[in-house]
Amino acid sequence: MKLREESQMEARKSVSAVVRRREFLAGTAVLLFSTTKVGAATIAGQLPWMPNAGSPPPRAKLGPWEFFTGDEGRAIEAIADCVIPPDTETPGGKDSGCAVFIDRQLAGPYGRQDGLYVRPPFMTGTRSQGSQSEAGPAQKYRDALGALDRACKSKYSGKAFAELLAADQETVLKGLESGDLKLEGADGKAFFEQAIKDVQMGFFADPIYGGNRDMVAWKMIGYPGARYNYLDWVNRHNERFPLPPVSMTGRAEWTSQAR
Amino acid sequence: MARKLSKKDVVIIGFGWTGAIMANELTDEGLDVIAIERGPWRDAPTDFPPGYMQDELRYRVRHELFLRPDQITFTFRNKTDQTALPIRSWGAFMPPNGVGGGGVHWNAEMWRFLPSDFVLKTHLTERYGKDFLPEDMTIQDWGITYDELEPHYDRFEYLCGTSGTAGNLNGKIMEGGNPFEGPRSRPYPTPAQAQPFSHTLFGKAARELGYKPFPQPSGNLSQAYTNPLGLQMGPCTYCGFCEWFGCSNYSKASPQTTILPYLIRKPNFSARDNSEVVKINVDSSGKHATGVTFVDTSGEEWEQPADLVILSAFSLFNVQLLLHSKIGTPYDPASNTGVIGRNYTHQTISTVNGFFDHKKFNFNPFIASGAIGMCIDEFNGDNFDHGPYGFVGGGYVGQVQTGARPIESTLTPPGTPKWGAAWKSAVRDNYLSTVKPGTGVHGSSYAYRDVYLGLDPTYKDRFGRPLMQITMDLHDNEVKQNHFLTDKFAEIIKAMGADHVIKQYRTAPYDITQYQTTHVNGGAVMGTDPLTSALNRYLQSWDVPNLFVLGASAFPQNPGYNPTLTVGALAYWAAAAIRDKYLKNPGRLVDA
Repeated sequence: MKLREESQMEARKSVSAVVRRREFLAGTAVLLFSTTKVGAATIAGQLPWMPNAGSPPPRAKLGPWEFFTGDEGRAIEAIADCVIPPDTETPGGKDSGCAVFIDRQLAGPYGRQDGLYVRPPFMTGTRSQGSQSEAGPAQKYRDALGALDRACKSKYSGKAFAELLAADQETVLKGLESGDLKLEGADGKAFFEQAIKDVQMGFFADPIYGGNRDMVAWKMIGYPGARYNYLDWVNRHNERFPLPPVSMTGRAEWTSQAR
Repeated sequence: MARKLSKKDVVIIGFGWTGAIMANELTDEGLDVIAIERGPWRDAPTDFPPGYMQDELRYRVRHELFLRPDQITFTFRNKTDQTALPIRSWGAFMPPNGVGGGGVHWNAEMWRFLPSDFVLKTHLTERYGKDFLPEDMTIQDWGITYDELEPHYDRFEYLCGTSGTAGNLNGKIMEGGNPFEGPRSRPYPTPAQAQPFSHTLFGKAARELGYKPFPQPSGNLSQAYTNPLGLQMGPCTYCGFCEWFGCSNYSKASPQTTILPYLIRKPNFSARDNSEVVKINVDSSGKHATGVTFVDTSGEEWEQPADLVILSAFSLFNVQLLLHSKIGTPYDPASNTGVIGRNYTHQTISTVNGFFDHKKFNFNPFIASGAIGMCIDEFNGDNFDHGPYGFVGGGYVGQVQTGARPIESTLTPPGTPKWGAAWKSAVRDNYLSTVKPGTGVHGSSYAYRDVYLGLDPTYKDRFGRPLMQITMDLHDNEVKQNHFLTDKFAEIIKAMGADHVIKQYRTAPYDITQYQTTHVNGGAVMGTDPLTSALNRYLQSWDVPNLFVLGASAFPQNPGYNPTLTVGALAYWAAAAIRDKYLKNPGRLVDA
C-alpha cells in the first residue's frame, strides 16, 4: 500500500496544531475526553514538526486572589511567613510570593486534581496504598483554612490566625504539626504538612509561577536557575559558580518584564 | 463497530525505544510497517525546548511528560488478602506516554547485565545449593546467554553513542572500567563523561577503600557523535535536567535523537499518535493474531489488520493488553499456574545522603547529567560470596547525583526543624555541600510467588475495562540485600569527608507512594518452558506465534542494573530472529 498521501499529511498538520493548542489551554495532556472529531491521521514521510508549536508555561498574573478568599489569603500569607520567616538577607514566604504561588496552583489543574484517577469507590486503605481521598487540594485548603480560623477565634478571643501575635501563630502551627491541635472538619496535621511543602515549593520554583520573586530563594542557596550549559564548569572543582541566577523570563536587569 | 483499515505486514503497538528499533529493523527487511502510539508525538522543539525545559515544577512535580492516571492507572496492594486500591496519582514509578516513551525522559544509564544474571537460577543453585534460596522465590533462567546478546548490546550502544570506559575488552580487564562486566567486543563509542567534584571525590574514597570505581556508562554524550544511521548528537552540557525531562540539546539518546528522523523518511513506514490500542485480535483458533483494534482521540474505534503484531508498549501495559486480549493463561498465585502476570518485579532502591562542611566543600551540585556518576560493582549480582550473608542478589552503589533542582534538593542535616528560621538557614548553608544521589543503591528485585499482576475486580478504566492489579511487597531477601548495600555505600560517603551520613534504608511494606525508579518488570517473561514463561527465548508468544512482546515485561526477574540497554538489546535480538528465521518460515521458532 502506498503510504504517502499528501492530502492526508496536510490534514494531519492542521489537526496537530489544534490538538497542541487545546492541550496547552487545558493545562493537561488528557485529550481523550475531547469531543472534537480528530480522527485517525497518519504520520509519514517527515517528522510532524511545526515552527512555534511549543507550549511555554503561562505566567502567573499579578493581581487579586484567584482561588483564596480575603480571609484565606491573609491566613496563608501568615503561614508562609512562619514557614519561611524574613531575615536581613532574604524575604520571607509572604514577600517572596509563596501565597500567590499556592493561590494560582489551587486555581489551576493541580487544585482540581485534573488528570488524576478520581473514580469511585473511595475506600480507606493502608498508608502504602497512597491517598484515597475524594477531595482535591483546593477543597482541602478551603476546609482547613476555614477550620483553622475558627479554632483560633475560639481560643484567642475572636482573632483569626493572621491576627495572632507571631509567638501564638507559631504555637498554633506546632500544635497542628504534632497533632495536638485538632481542626473541626479537616485533618490539621496533614494540611500543615502539605502547606509546608507547598510554601517551600513556591519559594524554589521558577518565578514565573508567582513565588521566588526576583529569584530570592535561588540567590539564597546559590542555584543558578534555568541555565543550560556548564561545560566550562564541570571540571572546575570546589569553586563557587560565579554567575547570578536566571529564570525562564530572564532577569530584571535584562527586561522590565522579569520579576 | 470498528472501521477497518487496509492490512499491513506489521503493526507495532507503542512507539518508544523497542517499537522504534523494531520498526527500523523490519522496514529494512522491506515490510510495510505501522506504529500506533497512545500519546502525542514529542520532540525537542515542540515539547521541551531550551527556553523553558528547565522547569522543575512543570516536568518533575506535575509530571508533564507522563501518562495521566485518569487515562489509565493500576490498583495496588501489598498482600493477596488485602483489597487493592487505585493508584490515584503516580508515586513508585512513572508510566511514560507519547512517542519515544520512557526514552524521552529517562536518565540514560547504559548498563549491561552480568553473564550470570541470564542464568540466575542455574548459577545460584550450582554455587550455593537450592536450599539457599527462599522457598517462595520464583527466579529462573532467561533462555538466552550473555554471549548471545553481546552483539545486540554492542549495536544499541553504538546506536546511542554511549559514553563510558570499557572494563572488559574481549576478556582483557581494562584499567578504569568495570572489571566485573561481561566481555565486550568493542570499546564504548565515546569516552566517559566528565565527572563533577562530588562524583570525583566518591571515586577517590572508593579506591582508597580498595574498590575499583568507574564512570557510569551514559547515554548523555561526552562529545559530538554521528550514529550508524547518520544521525548527529551534540555534546552534553551538564545542565542537570535529564530524568523527568526531555533533552533540548540532542545530547541524550532517545528514539527522537537516534532513530526517528531516519525511520520516518522510509516509504514503507507510517505512524499514528494519540491512538490507543485496546485489543490484540486473534482468529477463532486463538492461536493467530489478525491485527489490533485502537481508539482515536474522538473515541472512534479502528481495526488495523496485520500479519505480524509487535507488542512494544511500556512493560505494565504489555501485560495489561495481553490480559485484556485473553492471550496466554493468566497467572494464579494460589495454584502457581499460568504465565501472564507472573514474576512481576521492581528495583530495590535506597540512598545515603552526606552533609559536608560548607566552608570546605562546594559541589556545585546542579552541574550534572542523568547518567553521570562514579560507581562500584563489587556488590552486584553474584560478584561476591553471598554465603555468609544469607541473601542473594545485589546492586551497584555510586555517587550518581543527577542535578540539584531546588524543590527536591534542599535537604537539611538531622535535627533541623521542617520549617521556620532554623530550616531556612540550614537550607542556605547546605545546598551546595550536600551529596544526594537519587538512586545511590541500585539493587536487584527477584521474583516471588505472591508478587504478580492480574485484573482488578472493582475498579475500571475509562473504557469500562478492569484496571490491572499489582500485588507487590518487599521480601526479607531484598530487605537484607538493601541493608547490606546501604551500609557499604554509607562507608564510602563517610570516607569522602561527610560530617553527617544519613542512611535511607528500603523497608517493608513496599510503598506505592515513594518513587523507586520506573524499572517495573516481568509479567510476560521469556524462558524455556511455556508453563513458566509467556514468551520463548526470541520474545515470541508461546500461544500466538505471530505476536512478539518486547520490553522489560520479558525479564524473569530484575538484576541490579538499569534495564534499558538490555531492553534495547533484546529488541535487536528479537528483530534478528524475525529477519533471519521467522520471515523465512512463519511459525513457532522454538518447539514447546
